[in-house]
Amino acid sequence: MPTKLIVDCSTGQVQEIALTAEEIAEREAMAAEYAAQKAQEDAEKAAKAAAKQTAQDKLKALGLTDLEIAAITGA
Amino acid sequence: MATTYTLISSVTVGSGGTKTITFDSIPQTYTDLVLLVSGRSSSTTYTGFFIKFNNSSWTSDVTGKILLGNGSSASSVSDQYFSWALNNQTASVFGSAQLYIPNYTGSNHKTVSGDSTQENNATSSTSSLIAWKWAQTAAITKIEIGNFDGGFSDQFVEYSTAYLYGISNA
Repeated sequence: MPTKLIVDCSTGQVQEIALTAEEIAEREAMAAEYAAQKAQEDAEKAAKAAAKQTAQDKLKALGLTDLEIAAITGA
Repeated sequence: MATTYTLISSVTVGSGGTKTITFDSIPQTYTDLVLLVSGRSSSTTYTGFFIKFNNSSWTSDVTGKILLGNGSSASSVSDQYFSWALNNQTASVFGSAQLYIPNYTGSNHKTVSGDSTQENNATSSTSSLIAWKWAQTAAITKIEIGNFDGGFSDQFVEYSTAYLYGISNA
């Protein structure tokens, strides 16, 4: 059973309490949202990297050297 | 450390670990708060570390940016969580974080700034610079920190610690 630690700052007492069903449900929802957010970030990063590579390939096809591509893209 | 730092409370996680750590009934007598955490997740997958104030929503009330660096590249994300030491990383290594919360008793939205490092005695590790806003005007009386993945394998392992300090401006 997952637990939570609660520190009462007014007394200094520390209690270890089992999470309630409601709290477990809330954390499962948070975990799902976290996983979705992480997946979206990873997808955005991958899309950005792919677009960068495509753009560099197109510039190369136009005859630009790697040095020239780096000079105009900062890559 | 400045003499105005006053330890409000601290806690060390015992055997068996714990899912979250909550500082409750935070005294309203200081100007700012500093939260220091040394922790390690039992998860081997996700490194999300979250913070909640009072009983508000984690996702809708906290917004911000985190600047991430791993030694070879930098990026930024709009996250409400930051990276943390994982259980499949170097044994006995704990991540660390310091969060500064100014004017926590005020009636404006609250801000959080800080830094964290995932820690790992290996080539792969991430440091974070954190800037969050909590879009609530209530005074902060409770702070909950925790980490999570899709199941309940993730929690603070034994010997993780959290320290809450009060800072007075006079």
